[in-house]
Amino acid sequence: MTAAPANDAPLLRVDDLHIALQADGRTFNAVENVSFEIGRGEAFGLVGESGCGKSITALSVMGLLRRPLSLGSGRIVLDGEEIQNASAARWRELRGPRIGMIFQEPMTALNPLSPVGRQIAEMFVLHEGASWNEAMDRAEDALRQVRVPSPERRIKDYPHQLSGGMRQRVMIAIALACRPDLLIADEPTTALDVTVQAEIIDLMSELCAAKGTAILMISHDLGLVSNMCRRVAVMYAGRIVESQPAEAIFATPRHPYTRGLVDSLPRLGERARRGRQKLREITGVVPSIVAYPAGCRFNPRCPQATDLCRTTAPPATALPGGLVRCHHHD
Amino acid sequence: MTEPLLALDDLAVHFKVGSALKGGIRTLKAVDGVTLAVKPGECLGLVGESGCGKSTLALSIMGLVEPTRGEVRLNGTSLAARDRMETARTVQMVFQDPYASLNPRQTVRRTLADPLRLHGVTDKAEVEHRVIDMMTKVGLRPDQADRYPHEFSGGQRQRIGIARALILKPQLVICDEPVSALDVSIRAQIINLLLDLKDEMGLSYILISHDLGVVEHVSDRVAVMYLGRIVEQGGWQEIFEDPRHPYTRALIAAIPDPFLRADPGLARAKAKGEIASALNPPSGCHFHPRCPMRRERCSTDVPVLEPVSTAAGVDAAHVAACHFRDRTA
Repeated sequence: MTAAPANDAPLLRVDDLHIALQADGRTFNAVENVSFEIGRGEAFGLVGESGCGKSITALSVMGLLRRPLSLGSGRIVLDGEEIQNASAARWRELRGPRIGMIFQEPMTALNPLSPVGRQIAEMFVLHEGASWNEAMDRAEDALRQVRVPSPERRIKDYPHQLSGGMRQRVMIAIALACRPDLLIADEPTTALDVTVQAEIIDLMSELCAAKGTAILMISHDLGLVSNMCRRVAVMYAGRIVESQPAEAIFATPRHPYTRGLVDSLPRLGERARRGRQKLREITGVVPSIVAYPAGCRFNPRCPQATDLCRTTAPPATALPGGLVRCHHHD
Repeated sequence: MTEPLLALDDLAVHFKVGSALKGGIRTLKAVDGVTLAVKPGECLGLVGESGCGKSTLALSIMGLVEPTRGEVRLNGTSLAARDRMETARTVQMVFQDPYASLNPRQTVRRTLADPLRLHGVTDKAEVEHRVIDMMTKVGLRPDQADRYPHEFSGGQRQRIGIARALILKPQLVICDEPVSALDVSIRAQIINLLLDLKDEMGLSYILISHDLGVVEHVSDRVAVMYLGRIVEQGGWQEIFEDPRHPYTRALIAAIPDPFLRADPGLARAKAKGEIASALNPPSGCHFHPRCPMRRERCSTDVPVLEPVSTAAGVDAAHVAACHFRDRTA
C-alpha cells in the first residue's frame, strides 16, 4: 500500500481506532471508535481531561503503545500507507523523518547524559546519513531556528543546564529536525509558565507553517487548542464526543460536555462585562475506566440525560466540518 | 479606616545559597521589599510565574519562614510577637496538590478533628458536631467521614483540604493554586465553593494563581509579582481593564483566548525570553530584558510603586512600578 496519494488526500487518517487495556485479567476499551483526519500542514487539536485517552491515541499514531495497552482494531493511515501493523524497523524509519513528537516534560524526554547539540545532531546522522561534523553544524542552525540565545555555546550544554522553556525548544528542534510531515505535541506547554507557554506555542506554529508540517496538538486546555488549531475534537472517557472548527466549538458547542467545559471556566473580561456570575458547574466526576457507565458515558453528569442516554451509546451525527455524539444535540 | 487584617511592611525574605568553598555564598532574594494589606472580607489575588516569590510570601505570612527584613502584622500585632497557636487559628492555607497535602493514613474524620483537639476543643460531641458540620459545608457526605484520602477523587480531596483549613474558623485563608491540579471540569465546583464559603463565613482570601481568568473572577484586589517585588497593584477591574505595568500586560496577552486573537495590541504586549534567575536579577527594573517598551534608564533606575494617572486624575489605589506607567502605547 504505497500508491502515490492524490494531493487532497489527508496526511493522517485514523479510522475507528480501538485501544485495549489489560488490567486485573480483564480487557477494557481505553479508546473506542476514534476517527479523525489531519490534512497536510493542518493543525488539529485533541482535547480532554486526564484519562480520556487522548495521549494513548497519540502514542498509537507513533507506534509506541506498550503493555498493558495494545491496538485493538482500526486503521492508522499516514500518507496512504497503513501503519498500524508496521514492523519495528518500519516504525524507526517513520519516527523522526515522517512523524516528530514533543512531550509534556522535556527533562524526562531528553537524555540527561548527552549534550543537547549531540541529541539534535543524532537526527541528521541516523536519518539523513550526515557526518557528525556536518550534523553538529546543522544542530547549531536548528537551535538558532528555535531561538535559543547563543546557540554556539548552548550546543554543548546538558539538559540540566537549561531552563524548562529552553529544554522544550530543544525538543522542538529535535522533533522538527528532519522536516517531518506530522508533529505530535502532547501537552507541550503544561509544565511551563504562562508567558513562556505563549512563546513556545507561537514558535511551534510558526516553524510548522514554514516547513509545511501538520500538528496533532493534545491538551486539556480548550482555549489553548482552539487558539492554535483549525479543527478541534473533544474526547470524553475514551470516545470523541464532538469535533468542530475551532471557532465553532467555542461559539456553538453542541455536546453538553463541551458546553459545560466552555461555560465552566471564568473567561477574562467576563466579570467586567456582566458582573460576577456563578460559574456553571459540571456535576460529578470523570468516570473510571473500570466502571464506564452504559449508554452515553457522560449521562451521569449530563443535565439533559434521558433513559435513551442511559442505555444506548449515541451515534455520530454529522455537523458542518465535524460531528457530535449526543442523542439530544439540538 | 479599618485596621487591615493582614499587613506586610517592607517584607523581605533572603536565602543564603551555595557554599563558601564552591563559588561562594550568594543571596537569593525570594521576597524583596513587599508592602501589602488585606482587609477583612477581602480577596487579594496574587499573580506571578514560578520563582517570583509568591509561595515564599505565603510561607512567611503563615510564620513558617523568618523574614530577613520588615514584618508581618496580623490584626495589628507583629507575627513575631504573636503566639504561634493563635496565629494558626487566624491564618490557614489550602494547598495546590490535594494528592500530596493530605495524610494518606488518616481518615477524613481524624484529619478534621486533630486541629480541633490540638486547639483545645476536647468535648467529643462538639468535635463530632463540628467535623460533620464542616464536611457538609464543603459538600462532602457525613457518612464519608471514616474514609481515607485515596478513596476520594481529586476534587473531593480538595474539598477535604478546604475543610481542614476552615475547621478552626480562621479569618484569613491563603489558597495556593487551589484548582490548578484539578481536572478542568472540576475546577468550577471548587471556585464556586470557595466563593460561597467566603460569604458564609466572612473569610478573607489570598488567592495565589497564575490563571488570570480565575484571579479576575474571584479577587477584589490584585497584586502582580515579578522576581520578588510587587510590580503592580490595584482593584481587579483596574488591573484587568487598564493594566499599566508591561509585565501585567504580557501576562494578559499570554492567555490563549480564541475570541481575542484578532487584537493586534496583544501581540505587541507579549514578553520575550525567559524569567531571569532570582539569584542574579537584572539591574534596574527586573523586567527590562523582556520588556517590549524598555528605554535606557530601565536598566539603571529601579522603578518604585507609584500611583497611576487616569483621565479622572491620580488613582492612589492603583500603583505600578514602571517608569512609563502612564504611557498609553
